[in-house]
Amino acid sequence: MLIKKPDDVRSSEITPEELYFGRREFLRAAGLLGVAAAAGGLSAAAASVGRRGSQEKDELTPFDDVTTYNNFYEFGTDKGDPAENAKSFKTKPWSVRIEGLVSKPATYNLEDFIKPYRLEERVYRHRCVEGWSMVIPWLGFPIADLIKTVQPLSSAKFIEFQTLFDPKQMPGQRAPLLEWPYTEGLRLDEAMHPLAIFAVGLYGKTLLPQNGAPLRTVIPWKYGFKATKSIVRIRFTDKQPRTAWNVAAPNEYGFYANVNPEVDHPRWSQAKERRIGEFRKRSTLMLNGYADQVGRLYQGMDLRKNY
Amino acid sequence: MGAWIPPRWLRPALFVVSLIPAVWVVVALASDFFNGTRLLGSNPIKEAEHFTGRWVLRFLIVTLAVTPIRQTLGWNWLQRYRRMFGLFAFAYATLHLSIYFFLDLELVWGDLWADIVKRPYITIGMAAFLLLVPLAATSTAKMVKRLGGKRWARLHKAVYVVVVLGTIHFWMAVKRDITLPLVFSLIFALLLGYRLVNLRRRRAAWSTDERLAPRPLSSEA
Repeated sequence: MLIKKPDDVRSSEITPEELYFGRREFLRAAGLLGVAAAAGGLSAAAASVGRRGSQEKDELTPFDDVTTYNNFYEFGTDKGDPAENAKSFKTKPWSVRIEGLVSKPATYNLEDFIKPYRLEERVYRHRCVEGWSMVIPWLGFPIADLIKTVQPLSSAKFIEFQTLFDPKQMPGQRAPLLEWPYTEGLRLDEAMHPLAIFAVGLYGKTLLPQNGAPLRTVIPWKYGFKATKSIVRIRFTDKQPRTAWNVAAPNEYGFYANVNPEVDHPRWSQAKERRIGEFRKRSTLMLNGYADQVGRLYQGMDLRKNY
Repeated sequence: MGAWIPPRWLRPALFVVSLIPAVWVVVALASDFFNGTRLLGSNPIKEAEHFTGRWVLRFLIVTLAVTPIRQTLGWNWLQRYRRMFGLFAFAYATLHLSIYFFLDLELVWGDLWADIVKRPYITIGMAAFLLLVPLAATSTAKMVKRLGGKRWARLHKAVYVVVVLGTIHFWMAVKRDITLPLVFSLIFALLLGYRLVNLRRRRAAWSTDERLAPRPLSSEA
């Protein structure tokens, strides 16, 4: 089946960097209005600021937010920790091993790993299981491209991704917060979907360590924790992989972790989300707004049970 | 020792210092949204919730620390500020709850109700807040008199329940990193433990006294 609409946010909608930085100036000017509105009452102020990002539109989340508000427990549990603690993280040299039920197991240098593929920009919504979201212009290539190259055996049903384990560089790994190294996985048909990508950059630049440099996955219809950062191992298996958050708290984080406004997290609702940079919450969309493209992957499945 | 009389400016000074975090968070929130600053980071409302929540616990610690410090170090003058600290704990709890309801839930009563019913950590947090309300309401000298010292003191023992509920609320709210809840729990354990030990000692002393007290030889009548 041909996917005619790979991105929900088209590349042509990307705000150029100059314009986007100009937005800050605009917002500062708007601030004066905002203060005036505040005098007129909280709700009036809220309404005026709520327009900062129209609820209908998916404006790019500022680079500053994308690179300083991160969940990457290997570098600390505070959102600001990764940007702080990953500054000296070494991403060169970097090798990626491909193993398991695959015809061409191999270990690649990162450069060789990426070389065969055409990098493209993908602007995706990113929804964290905690109830916040961003819009990020990634640079990467479909996981499917790699899968086609390395040719998994017919017995392979799942693909597993693993983060680097290096407590010297990743202070978070010195405490048993999660089962290290961070492991995630997808059903092979999910990984084959053209929306699922490996990212090596964002905002047209090489990925920063806090965002999972030098290689990470992005699966835009799933909660952020389904992505794997700083990947060193890719394994094809016939069994559903043990995945980090599912092992840590199985009643809260499932294997599928599809964005679903109708299935609450036990401790909070998933019906709404706060887009970083916006004052008002917005409704969360089924499969993060990619239901038309990926819905077929889950036909006939009880998404309440397979959360 | 203990006879020290604090200078008159100390009360207003403590008041102003206690107010600083609240003023900061409100100003920072306004600035982040109206001026596009990032004083509270990328997710200001969440940060403001967590920030004010931690201050509730800190003021509960200060309030509960007054008695042990007074008794062990003899700093009796601290006593006169205890009510103010307690009221600040209540004020920060009110701010915490307001940010949650006005900014996070955006005044949607249905969502508030759903949270209270479905999410135990919200239920517990709300219970802790509701328990604080009568304590704050009966904090005036007039109310102490009206209730009578004994009944007032018994009512205000509820603060121990508030502390326990508040700490549980915090534990349940964090995702994985339990460092901070653990630190708060240890401090509260120390403060509550001190009282337990004290209570046991007093009871022991009391029963010894009773045993030694002269008793009537017979109990007809």
